[in-house]
Amino acid sequence: MLRQLELSCSVSTMFSTIPCFCKRGDIIVADEGVHWGIQNGLQLSRRTIVYFKHNDMDSLRSTLEKIMTKNKRSKNLRRYIVAEAVYQNSGQIAPLDEIVKLKEKYRFRVILDESNSLGVLGRSGRGLSEHHGVPIEKIDVVTAAMGHALATEGGFCTGNARIIDYQRLSSSGYVFSASLPPYLASAAITAIDVIDQNPELLVKMKQNIALLWKGLSDIKGMSLASNHESPIVFLKLEKSSGSTKEDLLLLEKMADRALKEDSLLVVSSKKSFLDKCRLLVGIKLFVSAGHSDTDLIKASESLKRLASELLLSPNLFFLFITSYVFFFNLLSYFIILDDHVA
Amino acid sequence: MITIPYLTAVSTYFSYGLLFAFGQLRDYSRRIFDWWSTNNLHGYAPICLAHEDFYIRRLYHRIQDCFGRPISSAPDAWVDVVERFSNDNNKTLKRTTKSTRCLNLGSYNYLGFGSYDEYCTPLVIDSLKKFSPSTCSSRVDAGTTSVHAELEECVAKYVGKPAAIVTGMGYATNSAIIPVLIGKVCFCCYLSCGDVTPKTYVLQGGLIISDSLNHTSIVNGARGSGATIRVFQHNTPAHLERVLKEQIAEGQPRTHRPWKKIMVVVEGIYSMEGEICQLPEIVSICKKYKAYVYLDEAHSIGAIGKTGRGVCELLGVDTADVDIMMGTFTKSFGSCGGYIAGSKDLIQYLKYQCPAHLYATSISTPSAQQIISAVKVILGEDGSNRGAQKLARIRENSNFFRAELQKMGFEVLGDNDSPVMPIMLYNPAKIPAFSRECLRENVAVVVVGFPATPLLLARARICISASHSREDLIKALQVISKAGDLTGIKYFPAAPKKQEEVKDTIKLD
Repeated sequence: MLRQLELSCSVSTMFSTIPCFCKRGDIIVADEGVHWGIQNGLQLSRRTIVYFKHNDMDSLRSTLEKIMTKNKRSKNLRRYIVAEAVYQNSGQIAPLDEIVKLKEKYRFRVILDESNSLGVLGRSGRGLSEHHGVPIEKIDVVTAAMGHALATEGGFCTGNARIIDYQRLSSSGYVFSASLPPYLASAAITAIDVIDQNPELLVKMKQNIALLWKGLSDIKGMSLASNHESPIVFLKLEKSSGSTKEDLLLLEKMADRALKEDSLLVVSSKKSFLDKCRLLVGIKLFVSAGHSDTDLIKASESLKRLASELLLSPNLFFLFITSYVFFFNLLSYFIILDDHVA
Repeated sequence: MITIPYLTAVSTYFSYGLLFAFGQLRDYSRRIFDWWSTNNLHGYAPICLAHEDFYIRRLYHRIQDCFGRPISSAPDAWVDVVERFSNDNNKTLKRTTKSTRCLNLGSYNYLGFGSYDEYCTPLVIDSLKKFSPSTCSSRVDAGTTSVHAELEECVAKYVGKPAAIVTGMGYATNSAIIPVLIGKVCFCCYLSCGDVTPKTYVLQGGLIISDSLNHTSIVNGARGSGATIRVFQHNTPAHLERVLKEQIAEGQPRTHRPWKKIMVVVEGIYSMEGEICQLPEIVSICKKYKAYVYLDEAHSIGAIGKTGRGVCELLGVDTADVDIMMGTFTKSFGSCGGYIAGSKDLIQYLKYQCPAHLYATSISTPSAQQIISAVKVILGEDGSNRGAQKLARIRENSNFFRAELQKMGFEVLGDNDSPVMPIMLYNPAKIPAFSRECLRENVAVVVVGFPATPLLLARARICISASHSREDLIKALQVISKAGDLTGIKYFPAAPKKQEEVKDTIKLD
């Protein structure tokens, strides 16, 4: 029987849940692109953590294979795979059906963060498991933040009765913290009822995502790096300058100009030094069912214009080379003239 | 420090031993039973090893009805407690539609902002209609409204510091901010907007010296930072000085180089002991040894001091001497969230690097409005003197209640003026007995056991509010006295009965 535990802060959900179930010697296999909350939970759990390449199932398979064959003792240890349904840092969607197949083959448990997929993926918005047709019982622990589709604050964690009962005394974010304000809990309940009773909202959102993808598919200087069904549309730079700082400054300039000139609010990636995720930075667009078609078309046009102005401006290096060649030629012409005169 | 009486210690150990033995017996019979049934989790290591959730299954579940009681009204002086029943010996509890009106001694509603307030609530409802419950974004992206900006200025002014940063949850404030301030690795920070000058911050060689009874959020933040952690005896400045001297003399582990940054973390009021921190002595020691002071005022902000400005005001410490002041709004302001106040440079740096600011959803706008309105009421800026009345009332109520409990013979912890009053229970059987007896008489108290307190030091924690009237407190004292007699928790004086009757008549007159 599934039960649920509610916490009062979105980011503390994962970093309270993971340390509960991981003790000395346990092994956790996590995606390298997970967000800071999960990274903090992994660090606080002080266990062996192995990262696999972002959303790469072959890398996951080889990692699991390595762990199970090299370490004979690992058969008696608790083993977890930690992944996000829709990655906040890249907009990719985890292939849950393959993860579940691997988990059953190698006997791992899955902890899934469904913050950005709840109320978005699946026919009735129930998340990644409905989207891939995987029964929810196969996923051991599901956590989610409610500040996304449900438009309230806080987060929750669900699992079977024993897992949740154990967390009532050992999840530090639950035990040592004040509870959520009641009006936010009622807002969450009402949001879930509205999603249940209005499945056309999900259809509209999916249409909006498709429209935005169509509009941005030919953007110059940037490319779409997220999954085509993900509500987070992630635009990454085609040619990175090599320095994260320079890229971030350029993206920030683009976002500022989009706001000033076209009243379009987009967001560039933000990185704290505590965040170990090394994925590419980019511009994130969060699609909503409330956006109209004209809004999205206007947004795509604006971004395409800004990208061509800011990213395709003459390459400074190219300019330097051409000017150098020009002046070199000019200098050599004057030297030859001098020779002639002399 | 709490010293448990000898006989009580023996009986407490005996009780736990008995419970443990019974629990093991039941586990053993369960294992035999389960051996017959099939298990489809073959090949998986069990998610909870037997000894990890032993305490929960065999001890906590028996008295589960004393914890997590749902309420169905605002947490005012009187609250509606929902009745629950269980069909399987307390393993699962089901709610009924009935509720009982009880005197509320469990909520941290120090100034009475936990329920409808004539100034705050209309403003909050307006802001809910204008801004909606959530900003659906982090502060740096699209989650800052005019209310958030006003809130940070208001908090900074109230606390007495140049600037402040507000996060959505008090627990996350400590866990996300301490790793940003101190650690063990060197890094370069990339400023993500505005300023283009790259700055390099060296965080090598950080040392955190923390009070032994600090809250779990501080412990988690300190562990997450990776800095070296040392602990000093609870509220003992002399021991803090000794630890500082030793650590500065030894230097960093292995290399013995001098520490780059030392931070001493203390709390204003310790929530499980009700004691007020000895701040003037600790600040003078930190100044002498050049360590930073981090003060967590979760329970003291808004509750103590002449204008509610916390432990600095109460003890006459200049706020400029405390480097980082942290607090939460859950207790005295009737809202949620936490803040950090400090110098402008510090707050600017936190706004660029703190994960709670960059990644977590921002504090809900109506909650932010509640805090602003509550601060205005406390300072009298709403045009009335309700704030000053509330502060005077909570001081009066706390001192009266504490004095009466001590006269009755209870072992009450905490200092004068502190609204948190833990009454020691010790014995595990007294936890549910006291709680259920009080509930029968319509008084809702909070009892605390392991893991929030050490195993042997279970207690009932009373939180006094400014909205309690004198009659409420007298009724509470009568009920607690009766429950105390039944459960035998009047540990002082040695022969309480005869003196008790005489004292009681004097008190009720």
